[in-house]
Amino acid sequence: MTTVAVKPATMAQALTRALRDAMADDPAVHVMGEDVGTLGGVFRVTDGLTKEFGEDRCTDTPLAEAGILGTAVGMAMYGLRPVVEMQFDAFAYPAFEQLISHVSRMRNRTRGRMPLPITVRVPYGGGIGGVEHHSDSSEAYYLATPGLHVVTPATVADAYGLLRQAIASDDPVVFLEPKRLYWSKDTWNPEQPTQVEPIGRAVVRRPGRSATLITYGPSLPVCLEAAEAARAEGWDLEVVDLRSLVPFDDETVCAAVRRTGRAVVVHESTGFGGPGGEIAARIAERCFHHLEAPVLRVAGFDIPYPPPMLERHHLPGVDRILDAVARLQWEAEG
Amino acid sequence: MTVMEQRGAYRPSPPPAWQPRMDPAPLLPDAEPYRVLGTEAAAKADPDLLIRLYAQLVRGRRYNTQATALTKQGRLAVYPSSTGQEACEVAAALALEERDWLFPSYRDTLAVVARGVDPVEALTLLRGDWHNGYDPRTHRVAPLSTPLATQLPHAVGLAHAARLKGDDVVALALVGDGGTSEGDFHEALNFAAVWQAPVVFLVQNNGFAISVPLAKQTAAPSLAHKAVGYGMPGRLVDGNDAAAVHEVLADAVRHARAGGGPTLVEAVTYRMDAHTNADDATRYRADAEVEAWRAHDPIELLEAELTARGLLDQPAIEAARQDAEEMAADLRDRMNRDPELDPMALFDHVYAETTAQLREQRALLRAELEAEQEQHGEPEGGIR
Ligand SMILES: Cc1ncc(C[n+]2csc(CCOP(=O)(O)OP(=O)(O)O)c2C)c(N)n1
Repeated sequence: MTTVAVKPATMAQALTRALRDAMADDPAVHVMGEDVGTLGGVFRVTDGLTKEFGEDRCTDTPLAEAGILGTAVGMAMYGLRPVVEMQFDAFAYPAFEQLISHVSRMRNRTRGRMPLPITVRVPYGGGIGGVEHHSDSSEAYYLATPGLHVVTPATVADAYGLLRQAIASDDPVVFLEPKRLYWSKDTWNPEQPTQVEPIGRAVVRRPGRSATLITYGPSLPVCLEAAEAARAEGWDLEVVDLRSLVPFDDETVCAAVRRTGRAVVVHESTGFGGPGGEIAARIAERCFHHLEAPVLRVAGFDIPYPPPMLERHHLPGVDRILDAVARLQWEAEG
Repeated sequence: MTVMEQRGAYRPSPPPAWQPRMDPAPLLPDAEPYRVLGTEAAAKADPDLLIRLYAQLVRGRRYNTQATALTKQGRLAVYPSSTGQEACEVAAALALEERDWLFPSYRDTLAVVARGVDPVEALTLLRGDWHNGYDPRTHRVAPLSTPLATQLPHAVGLAHAARLKGDDVVALALVGDGGTSEGDFHEALNFAAVWQAPVVFLVQNNGFAISVPLAKQTAAPSLAHKAVGYGMPGRLVDGNDAAAVHEVLADAVRHARAGGGPTLVEAVTYRMDAHTNADDATRYRADAEVEAWRAHDPIELLEAELTARGLLDQPAIEAARQDAEEMAADLRDRMNRDPELDPMALFDHVYAETTAQLREQRALLRAELEAEQEQHGEPEGGIR
């Protein structure tokens, strides 16, 4: 019998390993972005790649996000599989023109003749004390653009598995990395690192019967903590990790909501026009007769992301989630 | 035959009447960065100006070390030091008239302070209690811009608007070497040249964009060369020579004010500290390179010039340092006090009139804070 080394690893380390393994397996995989080479990225996710694969495979580009993604389009047109890094959520905005006007719709425009296997890695979200423009949750902008996969891991194993799948995908994937989980640790089996559910499947991280929390990325640990805390109140909360916003796993989400009859969607990005609205609407459309209460949303406020000293008031925390759950109970009685 | 070999045949010959719209030669920068200190040009420099520059340089250096120390004490979220680049910062502020505008990036706190903004207000963004601490209109200083080069088109628009209104106002926009790769940089330069807007672009070429050296940023002979393609003059200057930077900027500002249009100035300098306190510069550059630049320190260059000309003696140097110490002590004292935080302010100023939706969210936060207060007794900042 072989014993597998199960060691603690951080999410950042798992992402690095995914990039490394993808590059080793397929010479078409190229990593590019600002500071990804010598420095190894500002979060060190690309650490060591230039050393191992050379500057042509892991490239420090000029500082221009539209240029980075635009040239990646051309590289993908010629058969490469670019993995580009946007340094921070809000610094991806200059690349939106390329993303929306070309990356997302090249397959459709060309009737399937020109797919673009590009992975766009975007560190996103708050909670790290970053100053202005370093904490945006931009997932709603990506979701609103047909043609893009939108994926976000919340565990170390998913970080590796989902990134490998994203790079292997023949469609463009916006790979949102919850930067406040970069240093989160988990025991992880690097011998069997790909053993995760495929992109497009949600996972029940904690089974429960009172209500279902539906979440993803940076809010998953907060929801798990809330579920622990809820035990004291006699509530048994279920927690669903979406993992992928596009494609959306209606099946897992609806099965979970049908079991409990109550649902709260939790995310950092704004509530109005945010992903929670879409998710709540889908649940209402599919599970209306199973619902004991309206689907609630616990989201960031509808304000520009606040400065670091105030961000804790903005981010959905355990108490705000439990308050929402309490409102669900009340709705059920009244 | 390759396309390159066929190039002559491919390129259509110009029509008979064709002439370049202008001779690019006068737009081209000098081959060497322009210097004043330690050269014959120094004799022409105004002694009063040099002394003012010196005082501001000394204050600026002290400001940088103080802000860096505050970062270590957790008083600032982050600080991008401009140590080594003080000459650019100070000259930028002093080249402007009061009615002119400054468009800084996140590294340009010193220029903002030298322009008269309160040192604590200039640090608000980096402390993290609000995104911007000062009133841009009062000081004619735009907010420090974090997204790179995005402030440059604003500077062009403002300068253009001022001209449309008949005001002789100039805008000075600061950007780093890395920022010159962004599309916004190129669009701003093009608009400025086409509109002949009274704007001056100052590139502080400090060698690196975080870890990426200039050679990986551009293939141009210099960043000042980029001006030519847009139809504006490019000027190359020693960014550690405060007198030279001031002279070149003052010329460009005068030229813009007189209706001559924009100028791109590249100041060659060096970032002595890491990109920010969060960065590890040993990963991408050798100590020897940093040490070589230490011998070209902007304060020492000016001090040597002023001392040689008898404009500065030891007591005067001490006085400048004393003044800087007082500024630093005041900054330290005021930054060591916890800023007054009002969580309810999150909902202010999102719109001119707070929407019903935001009023609802405000009420939710208020209820949460009151519950928190009941539990812990301690009020968390003034709740309105
Ligand atoms: C649009 C955008 N992309 C990326 C970043 C992240 N970033 C912050 S500073 C920096 C390097 C900037 O270098 P440079 O323009 O040379 O200015 P310096 O910091 O050297 O003053 C980068 C990549 C940003 N702030 N904005």
